[in-house]
Amino acid sequence: MDIKRKSVNKMHGIVIGSSTGGFYALKKIITSLPKGFSLPIMIAQHISPNSDNFMAKYFDGLSLVTVKEADEKEPILPGVVYIAPPNYHLLIEEDFTLTLSTEEKRNYARPSVDVLFESAAYAFGPKLIGVVLTGANNDGAKGLLAIKNFGGTTIVQNPKEAEAYVMPQAALETANPDFVLSLDEITKKLIELENLFRGESSNQ
Amino acid sequence: MNLYSDEHNLTVNLEIELLLEAIFQQYGYDFRNYSKAHVKRRLLSRLSTSGLKSISEMQHKVLHEPGFFDQLLRDLSINVTEMFRDPSFYLAIRKEIIPILKTYPFIKVWHAGCSTGEEVYSFAILLKEEGLYNRVQIYATDFNTNVLEIAKKGIYPINRIKEFTANYQQAGGRQSFSDYYMADYNSVIFDQSLKKNIVFAEHNLVTDSVFAEVNIIICRNVLIYFNRDLQDTVFNLFSDSLINGGFLCLGSKETIQFSSKAGLYETVNFQEKLYKKRIV
Ligand SMILES: C[S@@+](CC[C@H](N)C(=O)[O-])C[C@H]1O[C@@H](n2cnc3c(N)ncnc32)[C@H](O)[C@@H]1O
Repeated sequence: MDIKRKSVNKMHGIVIGSSTGGFYALKKIITSLPKGFSLPIMIAQHISPNSDNFMAKYFDGLSLVTVKEADEKEPILPGVVYIAPPNYHLLIEEDFTLTLSTEEKRNYARPSVDVLFESAAYAFGPKLIGVVLTGANNDGAKGLLAIKNFGGTTIVQNPKEAEAYVMPQAALETANPDFVLSLDEITKKLIELENLFRGESSNQ
Repeated sequence: MNLYSDEHNLTVNLEIELLLEAIFQQYGYDFRNYSKAHVKRRLLSRLSTSGLKSISEMQHKVLHEPGFFDQLLRDLSINVTEMFRDPSFYLAIRKEIIPILKTYPFIKVWHAGCSTGEEVYSFAILLKEEGLYNRVQIYATDFNTNVLEIAKKGIYPINRIKEFTANYQQAGGRQSFSDYYMADYNSVIFDQSLKKNIVFAEHNLVTDSVFAEVNIIICRNVLIYFNRDLQDTVFNLFSDSLINGGFLCLGSKETIQFSSKAGLYETVNFQEKLYKKRIV
């Protein structure tokens, strides 16, 4: 018997997780994205619970894409970079809106990369790109595996190049990612994939 | 079936919808308009530790074992809280709301979604230091009776006191924080006199109605778990419960901006999410 149900039309998206050293790694990637880059990017960067939204404002000033702190229930727009606020988990709804949560820390972190990645895997399915960058704990490894299981593209920063190798190393071992790359290569790969997806959707 | 396919994911979503319907019909708790990502996360995490095979099995268990429902209620209501959470919020209240409250002979306060009570005792301390405590009636409500029991006791683990003290000082506290509690080996108990004007009561924001007319509503980190429609329903309830000129105080990531009730309020402090119901 066939299932009589329409699949939802999914959009393409990118999620990035980072911790120790993440500020500079993220800065490098985000500020290198070209104007008109059309994929939304959601970021969980481990950060002190009491910090303000300095990072989003600072990146926004330096970038050709829009960077902002994620607001609860806001719709995900193409080409916008959303950063999880300090002390909140960021989750992706399957209708492509954003949810914040104050539930328990995961892997000692709030925002947690796993929480973001797992919810994103359900929402975006195979159209998701997950990136784990530098960091000093295991957060993100399970989440990246979930992305992989759902057929998404997985990228890990080369642990040898990362400021802190533990997080990319754990992701590498747990999720066996599609690509292990330097920061510069990651940026290139994201731009290349964006072009590819753009081609796909204009052929439809 | 591939556990990670879109098809399977949609089946899980359907199972969750049916489970929430079953919970509503049987227990009267309505989670159908909570954030779906949040509900899914909590249920799947319970599923993975429960030994059950699917959400459908969970539905069977919840319908036949009230004890298991109690467990799910705890899972779905995030109770994480702290004293003087977001100290800048309390500073803003002291500065921008207290002077106006001081002009009233009697003040009613409603903490909606008070969890284990830390927020309520924090505000009670603030009111005391501002010389208002003897003129207040505080209603502290939550839909989860387990947390209300803890709130009523006002006893907290001692290992949290360091964080609470730091928050209190940043929140403009005027005394030594230890004046407000007594410590023993592993816990602290807050001064009984703080409880004098507090009523703790069960109240469900989704299914219960207005119970009093109040001057100030503090509802923080509750609405983020609701979808926009449900937020709107609750804003409606709040608007009916507030006197004209009364204050609505939300969590730092919550806003009334996108609600159909936005027009009823003026912003007192945008950053701290303090609003005032317009006098019409
Ligand atoms: C994260 S706590 C917030 C505690 C406190 N207000 C704070 O900000 O620290 C959320 C609380 O909302 C309660 N809650 C969730 N849904 C509710 C509902 N429908 N009616 C009343 N309380 C609810 C939960 O039980 C939980 O205690």
